[in-house]
Amino acid sequence: MTTRADTPIWQFRTSKQHMLRWVGWFWLVALSVFCWTLMTEDTIWAFVADAPRQASDIGGRMLPPRWGYLNQLWQPLWDTLNIATLGTLIGVIIAIPVAFLAAGNTTPSRRFVRPVALLVIVTSRSINSLIWALLLVAIIGPGLLAGIVAIGLRSIGFVAKLLYEAIEEIDESQVEAVRSTGASEAQVIDYAIIPQILPAFWGISVFRWDINIRESTILGLVGAGGLGLQLQSSLSTLAWNQVTVIFLVILATVVVSEWVSAKVRRAVL
Amino acid sequence: MTSEVTSSRTWKRPPVLLKDPRWRWTILLGSSVYLILAISSVEVDWFRVYEGLERGWRFIQGFLTPDFSSRWRDIQAGLIESLTMTLTSTVAGVLVSVPIGIGAARNLAPAPVYMLCRGIITVSRSFQEIIIAILLVAMFGFGPFAGFLTLTFASIGFLSKLLAEDIEDCDSAQIEAIRATGAGWWQVVNYAVQPQVMPRLIGLSLYRLDINFRESSVIGIVGAGGVGATLNTAIDRYEYDSAGAVLIIIIAIVLVVEYSSSYIRRWVQ
Amino acid sequence: MLRDVVSPLTYHYQTWQQTVLELEALSKTYKTGDQALTNVSFSVPAGQVVGLIGPSGAGKSSLIRCINRLVEPSSGRIYLGETELTKLSGRALRQARRRIGMIFQEYALVERLTVMENVLSGRLGYVSGWRSFLRRYPKTDIDQAFSLLERVGLGDHYNKRADELSGGQRQRVGIARALEQNPELLLADEPTASLDPKTSRQIMRLIQSVCREMNLPAIINIHDVVLAQNFADRIIGLQAGEVVFDGPPSALTHDVLTRIYGAEDWGQVQQNNESQDDEALFSNAKVLERS
Repeated sequence: MTTRADTPIWQFRTSKQHMLRWVGWFWLVALSVFCWTLMTEDTIWAFVADAPRQASDIGGRMLPPRWGYLNQLWQPLWDTLNIATLGTLIGVIIAIPVAFLAAGNTTPSRRFVRPVALLVIVTSRSINSLIWALLLVAIIGPGLLAGIVAIGLRSIGFVAKLLYEAIEEIDESQVEAVRSTGASEAQVIDYAIIPQILPAFWGISVFRWDINIRESTILGLVGAGGLGLQLQSSLSTLAWNQVTVIFLVILATVVVSEWVSAKVRRAVL
Repeated sequence: MTSEVTSSRTWKRPPVLLKDPRWRWTILLGSSVYLILAISSVEVDWFRVYEGLERGWRFIQGFLTPDFSSRWRDIQAGLIESLTMTLTSTVAGVLVSVPIGIGAARNLAPAPVYMLCRGIITVSRSFQEIIIAILLVAMFGFGPFAGFLTLTFASIGFLSKLLAEDIEDCDSAQIEAIRATGAGWWQVVNYAVQPQVMPRLIGLSLYRLDINFRESSVIGIVGAGGVGATLNTAIDRYEYDSAGAVLIIIIAIVLVVEYSSSYIRRWVQ
Repeated sequence: MLRDVVSPLTYHYQTWQQTVLELEALSKTYKTGDQALTNVSFSVPAGQVVGLIGPSGAGKSSLIRCINRLVEPSSGRIYLGETELTKLSGRALRQARRRIGMIFQEYALVERLTVMENVLSGRLGYVSGWRSFLRRYPKTDIDQAFSLLERVGLGDHYNKRADELSGGQRQRVGIARALEQNPELLLADEPTASLDPKTSRQIMRLIQSVCREMNLPAIINIHDVVLAQNFADRIIGLQAGEVVFDGPPSALTHDVLTRIYGAEDWGQVQQNNESQDDEALFSNAKVLERS
């Protein structure tokens, strides 16, 4: 097919964009391959090749589950629930003021207070609750308290981040209207801001509680109480048939908590 | 008084959430009883906590004056494992998630495929990364390879679910239009679905990259490689200044990943 | 220079006695460098309804918000009665704000609160923090809120949530909230912009009649010239932040409108100007439809 010089030839993308795209993909592939070789440098492939046999071995030991062990799990389960709930409560209570200090439209000072609040949020968010638990067990000793505080510290960042984003998205005209009646700052928060963020607040809190249930099931691995403690002792004695029971209990708890959280969130929104 | 008072009435704010007073009281009473029980079940050894305060203070000092040098070799090895694990598992996760995500989209997949893919997603999402890591370490031995598999497995559930939801939310008119041209299934996916979900897929992958890095710093605690193992050792040896250094590096990398991924997402969309 | 523009049209108020609001050389420059208001001066006596007209971006909204200091004026002075508003801050500013009622374009009701809470929020400048937090308002406030709701025709809706109401109903709540403040001055920022023509006229008539009843002065920022002519006692025209017209509605001629808005065929406006009541307006519309 011939084209005259003045009719443009259709191309999928301009050649420059095309090039850029291919170069980008090339680097991504190259980087992945490089990382792969670096990562597997010390991998003993004999172990990997042996994995299916190991898997069937472990599978054989896991079944049948030792149902009798269930009786020893009620107390740890109750502890796990308490760690999650009380931890969420602590986290939420601290997160509320942090969120108001971090939101651009409610912070008392954008230059000084806001960066500090954001730093609190980032620190809390970057560190997994298991690491918080590791630290707290070392500091205040093993037990439920370490777990509760760990869950609380991790929740602050999560709740505060989502909450301050909700605060920043509110309808400012409602705030303006309440302010124009001569209301004080506390009254503006009470009448114009809280009604707008309340549904988001409940949603976020319940969502975090749901996540915390999952996380609190394993905190015991580092000594912070709950089901994880039982998991740790079963693993160290290679009692795989008990591990199965623990896994099933965890699975059931997670499913129930997810159902509750979905139910509550639908009710408040 | 501006206008004549026609009637003298009282007003009380109607209840916001639960209309039925019986429900309100039941829930209020129930939650207070729970709180009392839960708090009383937490046994706190206040003497141990008091002792721990001094250690906590040392940890804060260690965090403020981190020691990067004396354990640098360990930290470096852990970081390289974490970073390579993060990238390779995200890439592998995306590669596997795309077909599963398409298979789990109701508008594209036949019923049996849909059920199978949804099943895979549910299994992958139900278990904590840590629990999967425990199993995989038992099968594949210690080291980053087990960590890589853990993170890949967890990424699959996360990415496939969100991808499937995106595909189901696609504009069906565009799909119909392409189908009306006589296009086959592959062409429909290529021309109608891919352009709509591609920016979201890239966004989700970057988000998962962020999550995978955070998780990679934890699963080392159960032996699956990465900087978590370094951190665990440092805390066990009460070397709070080295632990502080590791935590600061984790926070910094999370920040960098978060900011650059939000930058790339804005650039892609 | 400003005086030159205004003087031929300056409106003399023999009938109005006491000055409620006085603006002296008010200017506003935003941080972005936009000059929203330049040297605006006028005074408003008790009971007068002022229609503030002008093209979008002329500074109408900034002017309204400067008066209750939701926007900080850059220079100039504002007096409400004896009080110089431009000097106030903190508590004194809040106490001055409660003397000024404000009605908003998109109603600006707190959507998730009940109608009653919205009306009672007009008392926030008067009641203490704990009273407002527990919603325990003094009995007189509640009585007044009930009678205001009846006055605006929403007597039965007090426990509904604001987002359950229609646009016109919401604006009525907005008016009740402003009046609940027992204001000395009413400000309205495009109160009809989100409403259909019929509801717009009802709302404007409501504002006009409550102002008459309470001898309450009002400044209504409005983009609809016909509505302004029909319901205001006095028109102030703003153009690029300057007052280019100040006079009675009857003095709004083609020339004046062109000065405010720029060249356009104003025939339709003149025609409507003659029809003073709703019926005439709607029959006009019907004629137009048939033709």
